[in-house]
Amino acid sequence: MDWGFVGAAVPDLLSGLRYTLLATALGYVLALVLGLAVVIVRRGAPRVVATPVFWVMEFIRSTPLLVQLFFVFYVLPSAGVSLSPLTAGIIALGVHYAAYTAEVYRSGLDGVPTGQWEAARALSLPGGRTWGAVVLPQAVRRVIPALGNYLIAMFKDTPLLFAITVPELLFEANRLGGENFKYLETISAVGVLFIAVSVLSAAGIRLLERRYAAV
Amino acid sequence: MDFFVESLPIYLNGAWYTLLITVGGCALAFVISMVVGVVGTLRNVLARVVALAYVEVFRGVAALVLMFWLFYALPLLTGYRLEPVLAAILALGLNVGAYGAENVRGAINAVPRGQYEAGIALNFEPVQRMRLVILPQAWAQMLPTFGNLIIELMKGSAVVSLIAVSDLTFVAQQMRTFSGQTLLAFLGALVMYFVIAQVFQFLMRLAERRANRRLGRDLDKPLFRRAASATGGTSKGGEP
Repeated sequence: MDWGFVGAAVPDLLSGLRYTLLATALGYVLALVLGLAVVIVRRGAPRVVATPVFWVMEFIRSTPLLVQLFFVFYVLPSAGVSLSPLTAGIIALGVHYAAYTAEVYRSGLDGVPTGQWEAARALSLPGGRTWGAVVLPQAVRRVIPALGNYLIAMFKDTPLLFAITVPELLFEANRLGGENFKYLETISAVGVLFIAVSVLSAAGIRLLERRYAAV
Repeated sequence: MDFFVESLPIYLNGAWYTLLITVGGCALAFVISMVVGVVGTLRNVLARVVALAYVEVFRGVAALVLMFWLFYALPLLTGYRLEPVLAAILALGLNVGAYGAENVRGAINAVPRGQYEAGIALNFEPVQRMRLVILPQAWAQMLPTFGNLIIELMKGSAVVSLIAVSDLTFVAQQMRTFSGQTLLAFLGALVMYFVIAQVFQFLMRLAERRANRRLGRDLDKPLFRRAASATGGTSKGGEP
């Protein structure tokens, strides 16, 4: 074993980490926005629209992210949309996790008392204001810790982007490991890094829970 | 349509590997969840610390990273190369087992205090108390999350295609290169995953009903789900 090699590999691993963080951040923003759109459609739209949306989300939730990544990466270009691996990865991550964040938002919405909707109607607020100023601020607040959990889960899923040649952390570790035949050092380093991030972020979530859960 | 009829046997073969890894991983994950979960509820501080350390480490590492480590790094350490299927089952079982252990621990701790005290009052030994009083009640509570974890593990098994196990995802990749029917190749695999997931979810709902009925509770959850009344099977794995 040669732990000095890990030191030499740090710059490459850091450049991999940059891609990992970029994909996580952009994918998460996409998931937050799409999930909200989905839950609003499922609430507000007539059943002919809401039911198919439900099944599409169910389909996305019960099929592997890896296959969805391949789908976005290989099928969309054959339909004439050319995507860089990173973009394809962000889209797949965002859409996959939107199916989960939609459920989180839904549980938040269920926690908003009916009286709030009725009050908005009594004040004859338009639909946009009802959602934006009355319902969502209450609903989103109480699901912030749950949404944070999905940020961590998504971070842990980014190594899958390796499969569509995004040069993220695992990709770099695997490349360095292969070039120097030092898989043990590089992949262990990635594993340790993931454990560290996950332990720290779990503490962060507990903080969020203390702050937002008991409203 | 021809595409699906011709390639169905190949897809079924891939589905067989996916099922094999899912069932193997679930078995390992279940044993780990139960052992680590119960250890996590013990009075002994050292036992609790060990359980906590297990959970933090194996929940922290993504299954794919763990599998790569077992498959590429471990042989350099031990000189013994794991079979790809075995590496996959180990990685998934260890990873999902950590989520399951938290589930078991939470469910046991959620059993009302009075049940423990009743067990003590009746002069049950600790093992009897756990087996006859606590676990049957915790069981009903932990089943829904176990159901989610099974789906997560089944989906997670797709990563084995990256170490050349010919599971559904691997077959889809092969069909893409051989037939050039990119859309159909992946759609076929996705639909099969979906069907497998629905079957698992149905079985888990059956198990939930049974567990609740044995406790004399009636479950209002419908066995066949409709979009309007959809509940359960929705949150990802161990994430609350």
